[in-house]
Amino acid sequence: MQIDLRTVAIKPLRHTFDHLVERFGDKSASRYQEGSYNIQQEHIFHYRPTWDADRVLFDKKRTKIQMKDWYALKDPRQYYYGAYTIARARQQEAAESSFEMIEDRGLAELIPAELKQIALDVLVPMRHVEWGGNMGNSYITAYGYGTVITQPCLYHAMDHLGVAQYLTRIGLVLDGPDALDAAKEAWMSGAAWQPMRHHVENLLVLDDWFEIFVAQNLVLEGLLNPMLYDYLDADFSAKGGTAISMMTRFMAEWSAETAKWIDAQIKTAAAESPENKEQLSAWVKHYRSATREALAPIAQRAFGDKADDVLADLVSEFNARCAKLGLAV
Amino acid sequence: MSTVFIAFQTNEDTRPIVESILADNPHAVLDEQPAMVKINAEGQLVIKRESIEERIGRSFDLQELQINLITLSGNIDEDDDQFTLAWKN
Amino acid sequence: MDMKANKKKLGLKEKYAHMTRGLDWETTYQPMDKVFPQATFEGIKIHDWEKWEDPFRLTMDAYWKYQAEKERKLYAVLDAFAQNNGHLGITDARYLNAVKLFLTGISPLEYVAHRGFAAAGRNFPGVGPRVACLMQSIDEIRHAQTQIHALSNYNKFYEGFHAGAAHQIERIWYLSVPKSFFDDAFSAGPFEWMIAIGFSFEYVLTNLLFVPFMSGAAYNGDMATVTFGFSAQSDEARHMTLGLECIKFMLEQDPDNLPIVQKWIDKWAWRGIRVLTLVGMMMDYMLPKRVMSWKEAWEIYFEQNGGALFNDLAKYGIKVPDCITQCTVDKEHISHQAWCTFYQYAHASAFHTWLPNAEEMDWLSAKYPNTFDKYYRPRYEQWREMADKGERFYNNTLPMLCQVCQIPMVFTEPDDPTKICYRESDYQGEKYHTCSDGCKHIFDDEPEKYIQAWLPVHQIYMGNCWPEGTDPTAEGFDPMAKVLEWYHIENGKDNLDYEGSGDQANFAAWRGAATQNT
Repeated sequence: MQIDLRTVAIKPLRHTFDHLVERFGDKSASRYQEGSYNIQQEHIFHYRPTWDADRVLFDKKRTKIQMKDWYALKDPRQYYYGAYTIARARQQEAAESSFEMIEDRGLAELIPAELKQIALDVLVPMRHVEWGGNMGNSYITAYGYGTVITQPCLYHAMDHLGVAQYLTRIGLVLDGPDALDAAKEAWMSGAAWQPMRHHVENLLVLDDWFEIFVAQNLVLEGLLNPMLYDYLDADFSAKGGTAISMMTRFMAEWSAETAKWIDAQIKTAAAESPENKEQLSAWVKHYRSATREALAPIAQRAFGDKADDVLADLVSEFNARCAKLGLAV
Repeated sequence: MSTVFIAFQTNEDTRPIVESILADNPHAVLDEQPAMVKINAEGQLVIKRESIEERIGRSFDLQELQINLITLSGNIDEDDDQFTLAWKN
Repeated sequence: MDMKANKKKLGLKEKYAHMTRGLDWETTYQPMDKVFPQATFEGIKIHDWEKWEDPFRLTMDAYWKYQAEKERKLYAVLDAFAQNNGHLGITDARYLNAVKLFLTGISPLEYVAHRGFAAAGRNFPGVGPRVACLMQSIDEIRHAQTQIHALSNYNKFYEGFHAGAAHQIERIWYLSVPKSFFDDAFSAGPFEWMIAIGFSFEYVLTNLLFVPFMSGAAYNGDMATVTFGFSAQSDEARHMTLGLECIKFMLEQDPDNLPIVQKWIDKWAWRGIRVLTLVGMMMDYMLPKRVMSWKEAWEIYFEQNGGALFNDLAKYGIKVPDCITQCTVDKEHISHQAWCTFYQYAHASAFHTWLPNAEEMDWLSAKYPNTFDKYYRPRYEQWREMADKGERFYNNTLPMLCQVCQIPMVFTEPDDPTKICYRESDYQGEKYHTCSDGCKHIFDDEPEKYIQAWLPVHQIYMGNCWPEGTDPTAEGFDPMAKVLEWYHIENGKDNLDYEGSGDQANFAAWRGAATQNT
């Protein structure tokens, strides 16, 4: 049936769902709000989980951090699934054209051998660190509380998988499948990688999901990503390794974007209560030194005798960031 | 023999896909439903990249099938050149 | 150019193997059973996770690319639908009651599936199934959100949607049926979750849920629902395949897995079929323009398609679930028994009900020649007579619920459609009631689990279903009114008959305004 629309102006009965009216007032809600707020069930659960019989399926007690309203931890990017995938699709298109250009024109052959080797030794084994990041964030998605934080953690987990795959592709471009075997070997038994593997494995056995958020997303990524995609990238660009920078562009953009989201979570949780602030600060202090130790031999490989300076800079930048978030570190 | 099937949204993107499936699988039977086109076949059904490319005049990645796919039944085997659905019994 | 010729281009399978396999490793600084604490407690034995076959080889970049394209298309349609008052193009506002049931009963399940698959995607020690589960987890939040976004527009103009997608499923009596199904699966371990949701629900039953629902939406002019539905289904093909691969993998890994898997298939097939009663009712009674009967859909998508599936699994020793014999009898009855129940309890439901009209009853007679005229038509005729006399029948006694599927005890004995089926089990000195041999069997196998069920009717009688601060001793206290308030059902607006409802009046007025020059 064809309807002549010009004559019809229908007044809606309401603007959005009850729980959004309660939270934000009776006005049109954004897609982020409709798709995120209060869509996790809260009170009534039929059966105790066989894998965690002392708690219910979605339980606020799976972390030491406490919030009056878990929905205070909103995502400043306002990513719901559609917004997230469309943003990443745009970034992957740019990344794809970089990789294609490098592959088609053989640009990897033009990279100075020394830089190429640094990329193979430092970047390619990081695919395993990214896989650890995927596991931590999928744990938070499963056992965390409140969709505004569990949802972006899944996006973050998938991003980690994506980054692991881009790092894999860098290995394939630079040295074919052998690069992956060599990186795995280094990861499993190379001396420089054992402290990092030990650290990553320690994060895989944590129970408290907010602790994982701090250890992985704030601290490990907060030191590692700038080291790779800022400091090391500057070296690559300066010394004729622009092709490598082209292949890590996705990661550079991604880590800047996700850091803002991570900051917003920590800032809000720390401002909630002195207890939260104290707990978060204690975690940061603990994981900061563990991460620094794990990074030291890798930084050594990446920066040689500048390694200590780079790490010192990274830590001081990180501390300044934490201070801005209201942590006492 | 059991029946395998695959169903797509009815639209401009899927018309050449459906045409090439029917051409490559003479035993397949077309079942048109509201907003959906379903293809049933005894035993197995093969979707060939080349046949689709011939009809659309550009290169086609078989993973593009996913955009308009509604449902399917059967064991899947997929490589760069063809996508096969089969019940092996 | 030489370079290009030298480097062999990697094929899809090879490329995908590099991109995922080998990302994981055997941990040594922490024991594997601490990293994967849920991998063994269900008794499933896996010897070699590398034997896992990836059915769809999507890398993240391809995932983002194709999914973003689907999303752009979907939201373009939803925007156009909202801008053009697309809701006036549906056959009849009565149709929307099916959509209300979908938003309150199905969308919240998509959300729980999202969390459950995230858990599975963390807990399996193999990288292949983990990646597939995580992709399903993110797809499932997509489905929950696209459904909410599509139906948000209806919420602006029609009653019964305003409570959204999570409030009512925790509370309302008939929604505890789908809720307890998913709670049951998520509270089990990761392997049972995969059989429950990945295999039984996604592979065996999802076609029965989505294809008839979406074809029904298309028939009834509901482009918003068709769009999210078919767009969601495009992910479903991946999910179904994951479910099938998972079961084959478990069966191939160790012969000891067979009895466990068979038990889960039997349990979850029956649990799922009980939930689908609601879909059967929707297809046979709620669509103004009907696509096919529940019985026909059952025959195509379960008997025929499920038959092919079980033939394929026979080589592993898997047998068709025993409950199929009863299902063959039930397919002629359950949709009618369910609608009769909702008609009687329309005052306590978040959607409207009605009696089928003469044309609809003739359609039902034709589709159900063995049962409709004999058992159900007389009931509707009597209710019609009563309604015409101004004595519309409401049942004010709350029904007893099955301890397992939580559906009111309205189903009949397999050999006598005039006799309600009751089964009883004793456990720790208490009696528990179930609606069928299938549910009794499930109860008896895990009584410690099913005694925990939060049965909505029991809870109402215990006084747990009123808003905070309710004083049941206050003068003129009306318990059912308070229950409705707690449910977020607006009495007189969201519930009761469609005939005479606000939805009916508004739709007629708006459509009139749209088609006439007044």
